[in-house]
Amino acid sequence: MKDQFFEKLREILEAEDKEISLDDKFRDYEEWDSLANLSLIATIDDEYGVVIPNDEFKKIETVGALIQAIETRMASL
Amino acid sequence: MDNTVFSLSQKRILVTGSSSGIGQQIALTCGDTGATVCITGRDEERLQSVYASLPSGDHIQWSGDLADFDKLDELVDVLFPLDGVVLNAGMVKTQPVQFIKSEDLDRIFDVNIKSTIILIQKLLKKKKINKGASIVFISSISTQKATIGNAMYNATKGAVNSYAKSLALELAPKGIRVNVVLPGFVPTNILNGGHLSAEELAQHEKNYPIGRFGNPKDIAFLVQYLLSDASSWMTGSLIPIDGGFSLK
Repeated sequence: MKDQFFEKLREILEAEDKEISLDDKFRDYEEWDSLANLSLIATIDDEYGVVIPNDEFKKIETVGALIQAIETRMASL
Repeated sequence: MDNTVFSLSQKRILVTGSSSGIGQQIALTCGDTGATVCITGRDEERLQSVYASLPSGDHIQWSGDLADFDKLDELVDVLFPLDGVVLNAGMVKTQPVQFIKSEDLDRIFDVNIKSTIILIQKLLKKKKINKGASIVFISSISTQKATIGNAMYNATKGAVNSYAKSLALELAPKGIRVNVVLPGFVPTNILNGGHLSAEELAQHEKNYPIGRFGNPKDIAFLVQYLLSDASSWMTGSLIPIDGGFSLK
């Protein structure tokens, strides 16, 4: 899950060699913009079949916390 | 100055999507300025609350999904002959272009444009639109100035603009006018589910030279003008109302 998610994130950011770690605050990436934001939400829906409510998504800061939120939602499907 | 020309007294007006937001305010403004109103919406409870807020009169409420095309005959049958129609019902679906799904595309086109075209067809066929009436479409400034993630929505509103111009041409001989309002960002329930944080919204607000986003009354007052006799030489117009957003 982690490596696959990192790869998806690189695709969204259009930065194929980017170093990504669980502690990264994804909104601080220099490639981050509103399109990346929307694409990330759409990717989570497409790839993992879960929708993270906006209010919750806005509070998530790190890549690790995002993966955890996805896994939690997947487990409750 | 003759202010009575702006009055909607004696006029009977249909406002679709009037259970909340811009549509709700348009319905209330129509009621406050003397019109008898038919309000429609999917949320029966909220629609009832808008109905209860209208001044006393022979107003009508109709609850249902306009994209359920078979039900449109029901709406047309309960309607009085109209002096004004405000096509406001709509939905927003934010999705970057590479994530667009066929089912989302079908739904947003059904709600934002197809239901409108079919409703107008039925209203005209059953002679529910009076000579001299005014039809007003609520479109979007996004048809003039694109924003990220709104391709599907913008495509539907672009279709609204084009349809309205054709409609204006065909109905002009009957003295029926058709105009389109292009609002900038008006924070309402339809947009509350958006992906922007409070900080991002504050940043976006700086793109508005007037210094603020719109509010439903800003839009309702323009619609009132378009429904009134004050705009009787105006048809086929696309009118931005956006705090100057499209200037930059």
